[in-house]
Amino acid sequence: MKMVHIKDLIYRYFTRDDDNNIVETIEAIAGVNMDVEQGQFIAILGHNGSGKSSLAKHINGLLQPAEGAVYVKGMNTADEDEIWQIRQTAGIVLQNPDNQIIGNIVEEDVAFGPENIGVPTEDIWRRVAQSLEAVGMEAFRLSSPGRLSGGQKQRVAIAGILAMEPECIILDEPTAMLDPKGREDVIRTIHQLNREKGITIILITHKMDEVVEADKLFVMDHGKVVMSGTPKEVFSDVEQIKKYRLEVPHATELAYELRKEGIPLPESIMTKEELVEALCRLN
Amino acid sequence: MLREITIGQYYRADSIIHKLDPRTKIMGTILFIISLFIGRSLAAYIAAVLLLGLVIKISTVPFSFMVRGLKAVFAILVFSVVINMFFIPGTVILDFGFADISREGLQTAVLMAVRLVFLILGSSLMTLTTTPNQLTDGMEKLLSPLKRIRVPVHEIAMMMSIALRFIPILTEELDKIMKAQMARGAEYDQGNLLNKMKSLVPILVPLFLSSVRRANDLAMAMESRCYRGGEGRTKMKPLVYEKRDYISYIVVYLYLALMIMIRFNM
Amino acid sequence: MSIKLENVSYQYKDSKRRPALNHVSLEIGKEEFIGIAGHTGSGKSTLIQHFNGLIKPTEGNVLFDGRDIHEPGYSLKELRGKVGLSFQYPEHQLFEVTVFDDVCFGPKNLDLPEDEIQTRAKEALELVGMDEKYHEKSPFELSGGQKRRVAIAGIIAMKPEYLILDEPTAGLDPLGRDKILNLLKKLHEEEGITIILVTHSMEEIADYVGRILVMDKGHLEFDGTPEEVFEHREELEKMGLTIPFYAAITDDLKKAGYFGENPEISAITLQEAKEAILTKWKRDHKSC
Repeated sequence: MKMVHIKDLIYRYFTRDDDNNIVETIEAIAGVNMDVEQGQFIAILGHNGSGKSSLAKHINGLLQPAEGAVYVKGMNTADEDEIWQIRQTAGIVLQNPDNQIIGNIVEEDVAFGPENIGVPTEDIWRRVAQSLEAVGMEAFRLSSPGRLSGGQKQRVAIAGILAMEPECIILDEPTAMLDPKGREDVIRTIHQLNREKGITIILITHKMDEVVEADKLFVMDHGKVVMSGTPKEVFSDVEQIKKYRLEVPHATELAYELRKEGIPLPESIMTKEELVEALCRLN
Repeated sequence: MLREITIGQYYRADSIIHKLDPRTKIMGTILFIISLFIGRSLAAYIAAVLLLGLVIKISTVPFSFMVRGLKAVFAILVFSVVINMFFIPGTVILDFGFADISREGLQTAVLMAVRLVFLILGSSLMTLTTTPNQLTDGMEKLLSPLKRIRVPVHEIAMMMSIALRFIPILTEELDKIMKAQMARGAEYDQGNLLNKMKSLVPILVPLFLSSVRRANDLAMAMESRCYRGGEGRTKMKPLVYEKRDYISYIVVYLYLALMIMIRFNM
Repeated sequence: MSIKLENVSYQYKDSKRRPALNHVSLEIGKEEFIGIAGHTGSGKSTLIQHFNGLIKPTEGNVLFDGRDIHEPGYSLKELRGKVGLSFQYPEHQLFEVTVFDDVCFGPKNLDLPEDEIQTRAKEALELVGMDEKYHEKSPFELSGGQKRRVAIAGIIAMKPEYLILDEPTAGLDPLGRDKILNLLKKLHEEEGITIILVTHSMEEIADYVGRILVMDKGHLEFDGTPEEVFEHREELEKMGLTIPFYAAITDDLKKAGYFGENPEISAITLQEAKEAILTKWKRDHKSC
């Protein structure tokens, strides 16, 4: 069964005037079809306002489709009886770490989800310990969230989702407010969860260097999926990517520029190490 | 200035008092405060000092910490003492011409001061040894009978706990907003009251909007973590009375009985 | 004409930790374009708040055009008109009903005549590329990048000689980021405003700035041109900073012996890296 199955999804929102009349209808998602297999690491890319965040919020039922449907492990997000099961299966981490930490102590925050779904007390303790360990924050179990750095807070937020033992985690621009060190820690953590625990990851971002190791990319523009494929496939079309107000990784761009000048480099270069190696081999 | 207001200041330590169930501490404090209003004689206050001193000693909270709480209410203390001293009629013991101090006034003033000091020491001992979270948990559990008459006890406790979490965040944000506006030449202490009020608009509007944004995010985060009210929730740290709690209750009730006996000369 | 810090230290109250700034001395002249880089907690945010007197040093002096800004009688309000500071989140400063009114806030505080306020606001909005159709909009309806430009307009309407920006590109997508950086370049070149950019990504600013200050643990560790600073790659990486990609790859190629016995090569931008590699490629393949 597919982890996530999105079928002909349309989502609209309205701007209203002072008399509550609809002035403008904006189609934030304009007919999206998408499948995510169990255990995959997926990235959804797009500039600000491309609809990628709205799409993320549909996957765990925070937003409801205007048309079409979203299924998580076969459960329809429009079905009210299934919504809590869906949210347990597919958790979401939001952009601002401050606004999603509820507890006044790290361990109590991580326990919030399990408490809500009625997990017995001893089991909560086990889940909290395991989740904090999985994100490398066990040393901060008794800290107050206010004293943590942005990257640490975001990892606590991930642990909070992990404690519900989900099969899929959606991350909506989790690194937008972090410094380089915090970004690196968060990205490394989610790769680890994907590899070691087999958790399906759906990462929403516009930072290309975060997605070179993903299994599959979807590029969004104006509410539609305009490109999809493996990172190598997507990044091979540098001009197209730029048209969607995004950038390719620096190594890909430099290789592309050099190829244009006649240096026979392969199209698949994405990292600095690959480019250095390829150039030296030509020497 | 705002930083100095510390709500629910907690002194981290590992004493028996810290480990007590928050319900025990809340009830103990309430009973202690009641006892202060029962007792009127020197003997009663000696009993209160002994109990309070003993509990402070066991709690390992340094006395200097306790006194800090008193500083904040020092003005109120002085004010009430002075009022009592001068305005209660009786046998005059000191005459300033324009005003006089009576023996009864002095007695009442001292009594008031002692009560107030004890009251503050007692309740700050509770907050110093109990985390804000434990306090809200304790209150939720103590007030849970009110659920039957449809008081949303769980929701109130949840709100208190979230407020505690966001006070430092919003305080910091307020600081940043003030600086951002100062960088645009804003001044906060100039002119008359109306001008001062006006100068708050550039601070309060961004703060308000930011709170709304945060509340929105928070609601979304809570919903996606399956929060749907108190029904069916379990607890990571459920409140359970231990032996030490029963002993504490016995001690407090014995003390209360003693105070009543002293008061009515039994 | 300069902002000058003499041996400035700053210790936050009630903090037992090391000082946020530790004996920093530096001078920023007119018409420079400077980047201040450092990891979170390096002291860079504390540093810039000294430039316009929002923070008073616990030790040392801050001089503006030779005068101590904390001496009695010195008008800090006037100084803040000359040294504009735009904080990271535009949401912290936007509060008026319309974009235009919001930009007027700064000039109004400088007690300028009404028509001068209006002219300045109009000019400032034009400079940041927010034309008249935005003037009557609510600042809260705008996109992230637009909000940031309005916030910057709110500062440049005060006609500052210096413009300090804290992380002006955080959270923006590539297009939004380039728009802001190009705007700053324009303000520097056409209006002669000194730009001071605070960032934790040297990558972004390397193409634009002429001088980089690197802060670490409250110390000013490096102060020089981008080329000079990026030579300290290992030290910077220890501070949690990465040098720009194109500087790093050129360095890596050099170390791998790609350029042969020619150590005189350095690059910062895509163009420079490309040319260095192409020159080498063409030299090797001329004979073929």
